Amino acid sequence: MDEFEMETMDINEFDVELPKATAWDRVLIARSNDRAYTMDYINGIFDNFMKLHGDRLYGDDGAMVGGIASIDGQFVTVIGQQKGRNLKENEVCHFGMPNPEGYRKALRLMKQAEKFNRPIICFIDTPGAFCGMEAEERGQGEAIARNLYEMAGITVPILSIVIGEGGSGGALALGVANEVWMLENATYSILSPEGFASILWKDSKRASEAADTMKITAEELKELQVVEKVIEEPLPVTAENCEDTCEMLRKEMIAFLKKYKGMKKEDIVEERYRRFRNY
Amino acid sequence: MLFRKQERQSKKMLENYHKEQLSEGLFQKCEACNRIVYTEDVIEDYHICPSCGHYFRVAPMERLAMVLDQGSFEEWDKDLETKNPLDFPDYEKKVAKMKQNTGLSEAVVTGKGKIGGVETAIGVMSSKFLMGSMGMIVGEKITNMVERATKEKLPVILFCCSGGARMQEGIMSLMQMAKTSQALKKHDQAGLMYISVLTDPTTGGVTASFAMLGDVILAEPKALIGFAGPRVIEQTIHQKLPEGFQSAEFLLEHGMIDKIVSRKKMRKVLHYLLLSSGANKAH
Repeated sequence: MDEFEMETMDINEFDVELPKATAWDRVLIARSNDRAYTMDYINGIFDNFMKLHGDRLYGDDGAMVGGIASIDGQFVTVIGQQKGRNLKENEVCHFGMPNPEGYRKALRLMKQAEKFNRPIICFIDTPGAFCGMEAEERGQGEAIARNLYEMAGITVPILSIVIGEGGSGGALALGVANEVWMLENATYSILSPEGFASILWKDSKRASEAADTMKITAEELKELQVVEKVIEEPLPVTAENCEDTCEMLRKEMIAFLKKYKGMKKEDIVEERYRRFRNY
Repeated sequence: MLFRKQERQSKKMLENYHKEQLSEGLFQKCEACNRIVYTEDVIEDYHICPSCGHYFRVAPMERLAMVLDQGSFEEWDKDLETKNPLDFPDYEKKVAKMKQNTGLSEAVVTGKGKIGGVETAIGVMSSKFLMGSMGMIVGEKITNMVERATKEKLPVILFCCSGGARMQEGIMSLMQMAKTSQALKKHDQAGLMYISVLTDPTTGGVTASFAMLGDVILAEPKALIGFAGPRVIEQTIHQKLPEGFQSAEFLLEHGMIDKIVSRKKMRKVLHYLLLSSGANKAH
């Protein structure tokens, strides 16, 4: 094997700065098929996890997973949008785009968490809420609105982590949290850069330019105080290499849970209210 | 004294508005039936086409005049300056032009007024101002209104009319959905009534926040109401939507709204609902 082949080199030996990923690069990383998804994090971070199903109203949405997990000797409720890695998986999880029943399942689990005084941890990873006739018939707008409204009153701490795509209202419906963290290569936006370019410039081909304009990267959103913490990714996190990131997130989560232990219910709600009141 | 002054002002605004409309021509074409109709007839008949019954979109001041006791309106937060969080090119210019064209300072007017003597906080969105899109100021005005109503123990009525989020303000526009919804949660916890009235069109981030959160949700006949806009859905599913999909009637049938109310009856219905909430007892 040629000794100068890239894999054998340690890039740090060279005094060159790698070009910084552009906003559009990050859009593509966040959408990539080998990106770590919600279940990868759940399996990597928590000691136990039991999945729970259904919204008790209509169905069980595979685009939204949730259940009871334990971490560091404490029970928490974990909820997140789940993408599929192939067509077969995506038949169940609709590319991580929840229908109203997904949001209603999420809300049911949050209310359950509140009842049993379990903190809530949400993983956000969706291109947006599912767009289709059935979603409209069953009240997609109402389902998202209800989540924002009810999350505002939840008396246990909520932590939301944007791990991939944070697409619009469909993402925010899991995002009314006491703290919002973001993976370095995740994005969080009002709509896709393609949609933005198409609405404002009538040209969806200008998507990469739109990505630059929209302030959708973790770094920019930290500056805008939309997120509290950026989780670094020395390499883009994939399902294969997510172990270190999971370990780091586990530590940070345990610190988060400690911070809120013993905090009064009213104070938890008020802190969340203040957070969003500032926008 | 103050009351008189406000009464004079609101009357004058309405007169000017009518004059302006008439100055654009004594006749106008109905966008639904294409017939030429007398503008004066339209104004006198709740902005409804005398020929086919089509509902024209209504400016906030006009709407307030239709439902509130005459001269009872007191405007809040009139002069909040629009922000440009993305430094979006020419956004300020665009907003300045909108202000000039509409005589409004943003896409929503908020304040308080009386309906049949019952005091209520009230907000009206305008489709003429960047399609009633919700940016930071729209979110702030609505949140302020709801918070003040909670403090003063007033009910809230909100006439929704919006194409959704204000794209030019990016993520900050998205955050307004959470901000307004959580204010309504507090208002709810104080035991106060919130009535949302959905008018044509109510879509996107507004539907996915305060529009769908009313204790009672009313709608105007045939109003377009949905989360995703019809064109976006058609492009996604590659088929044409059936006639009447996402109309107020469609939503009523699917259990999403309480009632469709004609413009002429709106004031009466709102009054009845306000009384039912016990709103006038506190005052």
